[in-house]
Amino acid sequence: MTDLKKIFHVKGNDFTHAGEASVNIKNMLKSIGLDPKLIRRIGVCGYEGEMNMVMHGGDGTLSIEINTDKIILYLDDNGPGIEDLELAMKEGYSTAKDEYREMGFGAGMGLPNMKKNADEFTISSKVGRGTQVKMVFSLNH
Amino acid sequence: MIVKDIVNRFGLEVLSGKEGLDQKVMGGHCGDLLSEVMGNAPVGCVWLTVQGHQNIVAVATLREMAAVIITGGQTPDPETIQKADTENIPILLYPGLAFDLAGQLYEAGVKNMDT
Repeated sequence: MTDLKKIFHVKGNDFTHAGEASVNIKNMLKSIGLDPKLIRRIGVCGYEGEMNMVMHGGDGTLSIEINTDKIILYLDDNGPGIEDLELAMKEGYSTAKDEYREMGFGAGMGLPNMKKNADEFTISSKVGRGTQVKMVFSLNH
Repeated sequence: MIVKDIVNRFGLEVLSGKEGLDQKVMGGHCGDLLSEVMGNAPVGCVWLTVQGHQNIVAVATLREMAAVIITGGQTPDPETIQKADTENIPILLYPGLAFDLAGQLYEAGVKNMDT
């Protein structure tokens, strides 16, 4: 049963608002009294996903679904898609533009960070169509 | 130790987040790759970086840092200062290199516990 679902829109190349959705999610989870460690894990995943959409994904959404036994984050973008998912999941591999690398992004750690911090991580992508990520965080630990 | 103690001891310039100066400092982290910092910086740390763009505030907020110290003579963008004020994250300036300040902070007792 879903108790609450919230959708945040993320705009491509919009660095002014980049990260705000994740900060909002963090504050929301804090207000319901979730374990701080879990909030940080969800925050890392949300932020990495949001930044991927800002840098590569074009426009998209970051959604959070809060259930009694788990929290789910969904990323859904209309970006260029990922050609080689296996390669994209490899730590250190990145296709970020130089201007983003100079800002400290594009270290090739975003997707691996998400996988590491979520209890379940699934990604699907189609070139020219976009990318979808689902991250599940169990509340039963 | 609180942020204000570090400011006074090392003569750091406070650019924003004055309301956060009483935050307890619980560790330190050096890094300029934002994903690395997001993944590894301890809660309540002071973060030493040369990055000055506004996204450092989101990282500092999400990792619940005590303060961001911009090193190496770099300066933050005006938007960074504004955002940091909203989030009560102190942005401090240290003109020297991160290595030197990190060493001094460590000697002063800023060490990382398990996060």
